[in-house]
Amino acid sequence: METILSLKNIVKVYPNGVVANKGINIDVEKNTIHAIVGENGAGKSTLMKIIFGEETPQEGEIYYKGKRVHIKNSLEAIAMGIGMIHQHLMLAPELTVAENLILGTEPVKWKLFLDKKKIMEKTESACKSFGFEVPLNKKVKDLPVGTKQRIEILKVLIRNAELIILDEPTSVLTPQETEVLFKSLRELKAKGKTIIFISHKLKEVKQIADRVTIIRDGKDIATEDANKLSEHQIAELMVGREISFERIEKPKSIGEPLLRVENLHYVNDENIHILKDISFEVRRGEILGMAGVEGNGQTELVEILTGLRAATSGRILIKGTEITNLSPREIREKKVAHIPEDRMENGVAEKSSIEENIIVDRYYKKPFSKNSFLNWKYIGNHTTKLIKDFNILAQSSKTPISALSGGNIQKVVVARELSSDPELIIADQPTRGIDVGSEEMVHALLKEARDRGIAVFLVSADLDEILKVATRILVIYNGKIVAEFENNESITQEKLGPYMLGVTTKEEGSTNKPLSTEQKEV
Amino acid sequence: MEKFIVKYFNLIRTIIAVLIGVVISILIIFIISKNPGYSLKTFFLGPLLTKGRFGDFIEQASPIILCGLAIAIPFQAEQFNIGAEGALFIGAAVGTAFAVSTHMPTILHITSVLLVAGITGAIWGFIPGFLKAKWKTDELVISLMMNYVAYFLGLYLINYYFRDKSAGFLVSYQLPKTAWLAQFIPGMRIHVGVIISFVIAILTYYFLYHTTKGYEIRVTGINKNFAKFGGINVFMVIVISQVIGGFLAGLGGMTEVMGLHRRFNWQMSPGYGWDGVVVAIIGRNNPIFIIFAALFLSYLRTGGQVLNLLSDIPSEMVIAIKSIIILLITAEAFLEKFKYRITIREAKRREALDESDS
Repeated sequence: METILSLKNIVKVYPNGVVANKGINIDVEKNTIHAIVGENGAGKSTLMKIIFGEETPQEGEIYYKGKRVHIKNSLEAIAMGIGMIHQHLMLAPELTVAENLILGTEPVKWKLFLDKKKIMEKTESACKSFGFEVPLNKKVKDLPVGTKQRIEILKVLIRNAELIILDEPTSVLTPQETEVLFKSLRELKAKGKTIIFISHKLKEVKQIADRVTIIRDGKDIATEDANKLSEHQIAELMVGREISFERIEKPKSIGEPLLRVENLHYVNDENIHILKDISFEVRRGEILGMAGVEGNGQTELVEILTGLRAATSGRILIKGTEITNLSPREIREKKVAHIPEDRMENGVAEKSSIEENIIVDRYYKKPFSKNSFLNWKYIGNHTTKLIKDFNILAQSSKTPISALSGGNIQKVVVARELSSDPELIIADQPTRGIDVGSEEMVHALLKEARDRGIAVFLVSADLDEILKVATRILVIYNGKIVAEFENNESITQEKLGPYMLGVTTKEEGSTNKPLSTEQKEV
Repeated sequence: MEKFIVKYFNLIRTIIAVLIGVVISILIIFIISKNPGYSLKTFFLGPLLTKGRFGDFIEQASPIILCGLAIAIPFQAEQFNIGAEGALFIGAAVGTAFAVSTHMPTILHITSVLLVAGITGAIWGFIPGFLKAKWKTDELVISLMMNYVAYFLGLYLINYYFRDKSAGFLVSYQLPKTAWLAQFIPGMRIHVGVIISFVIAILTYYFLYHTTKGYEIRVTGINKNFAKFGGINVFMVIVISQVIGGFLAGLGGMTEVMGLHRRFNWQMSPGYGWDGVVVAIIGRNNPIFIIFAALFLSYLRTGGQVLNLLSDIPSEMVIAIKSIIILLITAEAFLEKFKYRITIREAKRREALDESDS
């Protein structure tokens, strides 16, 4: 086999002093799908940015097709035949699909005007030759995320990429959409392309990859044929210790309802009906999971429950007391903890120290402060204890959040929320973008909270997570609750998927129609 | 060494920026002065050479410190209220009006005049603050416009109702002696207001870093969404931070009138509020650093005044130096490459240590 890309002893230090890569060696063989796995903060994304010319390494050598190269920027990488699909898609939402596809290489008339005819010809022929079907005349903003991702891939192909890097491509997709993506990737491989696939979903890695490299703490731990390693082995190599993947055991006893939501509606500023008649309850000692593709109203629902957004109508009750549209502090005083969806946006103040982040919900209470004066000594000890209890990798309680990795930042958030003595925990995507080790810890903590009689409301787009920890499952689609299940062995991803896509509705009951609109398009 | 540089990088960068500003001003003096040696000496040593000038140097720092704090507190809450100049002016004008129309025993008179001036300044902070919190208006624009309102309103009040017609200039009546802040060192114009400003700076430091309200202000400034999420009343913080700022600026204007001039004699805006913006930036909104930044600026101001008096260099020189220093300090990328190189070396050393440990 021929080696297309070879990385030798790559070292990368960021301006803030974080050493992301500590001497990484990888050989990628031509015409293979090569998966790179590792915990968050292990250095995968940095490595990919180096290959794509977005970051420059301090040490090490890159060989592409046998020649030593210095890739200074992404334009050079594209010219060499390297393409990258970022985790967060980079398309211009107001332009049509065709315009997005040829952006940067667009044909022009008289050096001034876009040649619309040529644009269509060019993009149509590209679609045909790669076997991709996308609605060329539609605006990108009107398309589902799976289609957008295919546009990104097509964009890279049009630029004659031979080596395609995909950074966690499945994190925004439903199981059905993931299947479609994998089909495309296999076809591309058949056409002679090489694919680097970054993920921390190991099931997918096993499914799609020929070779797999495991990265831990900035170093390459192992590179193997994917079929020689089991999912479990890969996971243990990633975290460097033993871990479990089992569904957690059922709660022994479930108490009375703690949170009740009655006929909740929310209409936003643009007069769009985001939440439609949402009613449910969360009982003490259970974890209620809410599954759904992102953007179906979950964000708004959680913000309304926690006082960050006002409901249009309906009622929210905790232990029978109405809390609808109270302030965040008033709701927190009712012993509600909130692990937010976007930890950098809502969960932490990045430039502040860990201790200043820990006290945000309790600084005004004794003994954290007395007569308006903060007791930094107590706060420091309190934080140091939490750092130890929650296994946060940090030098001290005064370390700024910005010096921590994603997983450790999430541990700070979780430490704060779980140490607030809650009776209800609202966890919105609590493990998104964090590594297997931290994820396992968060799940264990939620289970432990549940067993102490705390009611847990878990919102997640990750079905593995929902199936692993939830006691009951609600599925939300387009602002409505479309299904409810007791979680047991008979519930599978395939069963939930169609509800999440709105293909099967509540009325149709158990008749599974797994065909998605996504698949029809292909 | 590397660790030291990374840790104190901002301080080092500020010092280097100041030094570059000084070097450039030396060059300018050499180019335009007929007697550069003498001009340099008067500019850089002038404030130290006589007792009176040294007193002026310390005295002038006082309103700059208070205005620096007045700017820094809203800045810490990420509120770009630059209305210190207006709050100072209107605070002093209304305070003067109150002082000359009332009769009280000394202590009571001084406190009540200071309170009136402070509260007037606080109203000047409240308006942009409330409008921002309620309707998301731009506090920068509103506070800037309110500076003009304060200027003309203040002049109208003094020149039409409290003008001392017996004086040869456009000035207010002299303040009754019961409202004077004493100058307590013979031969120097240092007055009680100077002590007040230093004490307030230290109190502000404790307020910002050791009280719950100060914490709310800082957290809101770093991440407003996070503050809201944690239960902090962001609306209140936005308003309060600007009200406190306005109060301190009003105090800064009034102490200057009560301690130095003893009457309202500003027909032009004195510019302390703008110097406040400068020292807040140089001092990175930290009250303790602001004291030093204000002393530095008032040294330049005094040196510039001496220079204007005794040599062929205009005092506008000082403005040029100030501008260069601010430019270098606010340029985020200045010396950033140098820091990056040091960071890499430091990180590698740390890694090597880790390796040998394990």
